[in-house]
Amino acid sequence: MSTFKPKNPVAAWIDHRLPIFTFLNHEMNEYPTPKNLNYFWNFGSLAGVALVTMIVTGILLAMQYTPHVDYAFSSVERIMRDVNSGWLIRYVHMNMASFFFIVVYIHMLRGLYYGSYKEPRELLWQLGVLIFLLMMATAFMGYVLPWGQMSFWGATVITNLFSALPIVGEPIVTWLWGGFSVDNPTLNRFFALHYLLPFIIAAVVVLHIVALHRFGSNNPVGIDMKGPQDSIPFHPYYTLKDAFGLGVFFMAFAVFLFWAPNYMGHPDNYIPADPLSTPAHIVPEWYFLPFYAILRAIPDKLGGVIAMFGAIAILFVLPWLDRSKVRSANYRPLYRFFFWIFAINGIFLGWLGGQPAEEPYVTMSQIATAYYFFHFLILLPFILPRIEKTKPLPASISEAVMGGGNAGQPAQAMEKAE
Amino acid sequence: MKKVIAGLFAAALSFAAPQTATAAGSAIELPSYEWSFEGVFGSYDKASLQRGFQVYQGVCASCHSLDYISFRNLADLGFSEDEIKAIAVDYTVQDGPNDDGEMFDRAGLPSDAFPAPFSNAKEAAASNGGKAPPDLSLMAKARVGGPNYIKALLVGYEEAPSGFDVGQGNYNKYFPGHVIAMANPLFDDAVEYADGTPATVEQMAGDVSNFLMWTAEPKLEDRKGTGVFVMIFLIFFTLIMYAAKRKAWADVH
Repeated sequence: MSTFKPKNPVAAWIDHRLPIFTFLNHEMNEYPTPKNLNYFWNFGSLAGVALVTMIVTGILLAMQYTPHVDYAFSSVERIMRDVNSGWLIRYVHMNMASFFFIVVYIHMLRGLYYGSYKEPRELLWQLGVLIFLLMMATAFMGYVLPWGQMSFWGATVITNLFSALPIVGEPIVTWLWGGFSVDNPTLNRFFALHYLLPFIIAAVVVLHIVALHRFGSNNPVGIDMKGPQDSIPFHPYYTLKDAFGLGVFFMAFAVFLFWAPNYMGHPDNYIPADPLSTPAHIVPEWYFLPFYAILRAIPDKLGGVIAMFGAIAILFVLPWLDRSKVRSANYRPLYRFFFWIFAINGIFLGWLGGQPAEEPYVTMSQIATAYYFFHFLILLPFILPRIEKTKPLPASISEAVMGGGNAGQPAQAMEKAE
Repeated sequence: MKKVIAGLFAAALSFAAPQTATAAGSAIELPSYEWSFEGVFGSYDKASLQRGFQVYQGVCASCHSLDYISFRNLADLGFSEDEIKAIAVDYTVQDGPNDDGEMFDRAGLPSDAFPAPFSNAKEAAASNGGKAPPDLSLMAKARVGGPNYIKALLVGYEEAPSGFDVGQGNYNKYFPGHVIAMANPLFDDAVEYADGTPATVEQMAGDVSNFLMWTAEPKLEDRKGTGVFVMIFLIFFTLIMYAAKRKAWADVH
């Protein structure tokens, strides 16, 4: 860091007074990164790209959109038909929302598998959970804006959840709506907040990166970098690897964008909102389904709301629930097994969230919900620490990479480079 | 590793699919027809769109509006500017207020949207036994099954099974719940096609479904064309980045 000096004299003059070039060089060029990261570490930068894509397309859409109950639906159709490339901008925004969640879910599961939330990265993890929560709020309000049937009824169902709170419930719902039902004031404030929250997310992302760069990335072996032999500079190694991953990501995205743009949406949202006609089944967007299943699993309304928010809140304290000192699941045979059970249970909950609220789905949702909480509240803090025998950790990352350790995956991945 | 990532994508998406199907509550299996707009390079069959437009004009338009389509949009169907003017001029459009503050009727222009058959939803409902016929612009995207559903519905009218009470409605094999307010709109030779194609119910149902897919998704051809171009670019971009990554990483050890 101290030896860096921009070659261009103007840049050097600026850097002497405002060290932005030194900062960028330090954080994005020479930034030491473990040499053994696998492709699951691509998803952080992919999430960043997704956020920028959403903000850029969102600003363009806001220039054409009309947040009024009488015009919102047709202004979206005008974007699709009469605005130059409007169909492309809107479909990118719509599909990238889903892909943003796909990327973030994989990013979070990677963190769970490799124990990336453990000391000293607890705050890094918590900031990530906060971003996830803000994303959910933003996505929910964004889905309301086209003012289709699912927009309206989704907004009605979700805002009504707050009425479950004792005493303050009803006043809170009226306050959220700006009236006595989901109506124009609701749409207006959701538009304002949908425009605001992404910038708050961007700010939390900056904090997330500051916290990340304090100790650097975790890695598949889960032990700290012990010296220069364990790390490589971020550029060109990870900039190129991220660029390659971005290409693959954009190809997967393009398949949906250009050939199945409405696949992840719901047909009912192409019907204009009608407060007098309730759809047969009100279903949230797919990325909310696991939490929707948890909400519906509890027969009591307040209990369901508590369980749903609890399912996210529990992630905030995960670093203290998991008591194993070993980070990577590659060295924790039991945790590794239960990680996959947890992941499958999560997908199962998502599937259940899309089913009607009837038997046998309700009982199945209750079992899956119970397992979700069992994993965090019983298995991680009380059972695994007593019975799990972890495998010996390699002495260093480079030892694991060279195949001397017990590192499995990363060792194989590096072989061809030798 | 790439396989794992691809697998995760597939897993994430495949559990979204049954949700969409079950959510609309249509347990009825729809037939799957062939459409020219399907597939990677799919495009609209303009002759069929024009025939479908004839079916809309001759049959559907007496009850169903087409709010998001203007006469000028018919250029997509292969009509020339003069033909579009000739189509528009046959319609009466209310305009105004004029300098005297009065609304007046005039002949349609290409820039006008298709006039709706009823002046408001209440009138539409009152004239149709209490249920307003829905706008058709987005129908092909607003129903599970899209164009397959529309075609199936139009050919799906039949005698109700014995003991099945349809009340004031009509029996349809593919309508959710089987009781539909709309009476069977199509019969053989309901329209006389300008291109001489025999107007069977099956033919008209297919043509009008094609037409309604176009009204719902008029930019489909632009979309797929852009997609092919973007995909070719991405393949090259990704291969080059992969090669660059391999080269840069060759010295890590």
